[in-house]
Amino acid sequence: MNGPTLFGLCAAALIGFGLYGLIVNPQPLRKIIGFNIIGSGVFLLFGTIARRGAAAGMGGDPVPQALLITGIVVAFSATALAVALLLRLFDEGGVVTLVSEASPTEAKADPPDA
Amino acid sequence: MTLALAVDIGLALLILAMAAWTIAVRDTFASVIGFVTYGLLLTLVWVRLALPDVALTEAAMGGGLTGALLIGAAARLRRTEATVRERPGVFTRTLAAVLSATVTAALSFCVLNLPDPAPTLAPGAAAKLGSTGVGNPVTAVLLAYRSMDTLLEAIVVLIALFGVWSLAHDRFWGGCPQLRTHADSEGILAYFARILPPIGIIVGVYIFWIGADFPGGKFQGATILAAMWLLVIGAGLAHFPPVSQAWLRILLVAGPLVFMAIGFAGIVTAGAVFAYPDGFAKPLILAIEIALMPTLVLALALLVAGAPQRMPPQ
Amino acid sequence: MKIALDIFTIFSVMAGAFFFLAGTVGLLRFPDPLTRLHALTKADNLGLGLVVLGLLPQTHWPLDTIKLIAIWLFALLAGATVGQLMACTARRGGGQPK
Repeated sequence: MNGPTLFGLCAAALIGFGLYGLIVNPQPLRKIIGFNIIGSGVFLLFGTIARRGAAAGMGGDPVPQALLITGIVVAFSATALAVALLLRLFDEGGVVTLVSEASPTEAKADPPDA
Repeated sequence: MTLALAVDIGLALLILAMAAWTIAVRDTFASVIGFVTYGLLLTLVWVRLALPDVALTEAAMGGGLTGALLIGAAARLRRTEATVRERPGVFTRTLAAVLSATVTAALSFCVLNLPDPAPTLAPGAAAKLGSTGVGNPVTAVLLAYRSMDTLLEAIVVLIALFGVWSLAHDRFWGGCPQLRTHADSEGILAYFARILPPIGIIVGVYIFWIGADFPGGKFQGATILAAMWLLVIGAGLAHFPPVSQAWLRILLVAGPLVFMAIGFAGIVTAGAVFAYPDGFAKPLILAIEIALMPTLVLALALLVAGAPQRMPPQ
Repeated sequence: MKIALDIFTIFSVMAGAFFFLAGTVGLLRFPDPLTRLHALTKADNLGLGLVVLGLLPQTHWPLDTIKLIAIWLFALLAGATVGQLMACTARRGGGQPK
């Protein structure tokens, strides 16, 4: 067991956690966070591959590193678009939920200060 | 080595615990704070993996800008998120857990069976580094070897921004984005927003400039500059311009246009798209970076700001 | 001389780590937002200051040394500002961030 392998396994677990959160959490913002955790897990997995390619006096393979930087910026852009969509949905309806109409779960409004 | 491994194991456990808490905690606002902390821990992992360029990007983007974006959204949605409490039934949750565990197991199997010795492009990147004129191999990949990716990335950032803008209400079309703050022009935040930006701008430009030869670069530098702009606006000392302003739109498209012009000029001068003529690689890379810088600063800050929410005062 | 500086580094960084530990314990154990903020900012300012102080003899003069001190000053400035903002919010809103 060495550092890159350890963080590779950690990345695999993070992808699992994020996937679980994406499916189970009903609030859309939580789904966006879950999706971002999956994304960062994928980046970390890719990063361990970059680290394993250390050669020629470099700490890691520069090609995956550059793609990682690209990926992080694109992930931020996608998150910003998703959040903007969510806020517009909130402005339209005042309520934000992804609970389907077919299975009516009466949303018991908690007191606002709960 | 064993001490280093102990640090790594501790860090891995901490980051897994933070991710689990972020997923499981009930309050959405707490989850967002957990995600920001998670981003900062991830930065430490990048440092441990000896990938400082990625660590800088993660700290600036993953922790910083994404955190600001999510905190703003969570604050606006706070009331409604609290009412959506019921989780899916036990059956769905079990199924999700089984699916997630399967994915994790499959990925773990792949990690443990990666080829050894690992394939690497580092020697090839090192061999041609001299001809690009830059000293940081990551910058060389971003702007010389695979510059097409970087161009498309800048265009993706712009398209995301157009998507955000197109979500504005009809009555605010072409108006000003707005940050929700409790700005007090005499308050401590306003003081902070007067002190920090001059230093922050120097740090941002320094990280951009040093990126040619050391860890750093335009994305990290642009994020810091965007953060300074957001800080000044968040403190109520300035306002976003209307998104219909011509200078704003010109600066936004100037970066990719200069990039494309230099890329396609390569057909004539060097015989291939995105090839640089001998001896001109460094100045051309510098020209692209300087043109991309305002595009990225404006686009990143405006992505955090979201859709226009008011019309400019007449 | 080298050994004396190394010992200074070890002790100073350990003292800094102790302040971080104490600050974390305070953050978890103190009863209300204001005292928790006090624990947190104290740990940041003193703990980080001692760590930076301890690392100074190990850096290359001048650029690395100045960068390290600048990091501490930025953390001081940011910590003081954010602490103040959070304390104001806590007093106005009873601990619920708006």
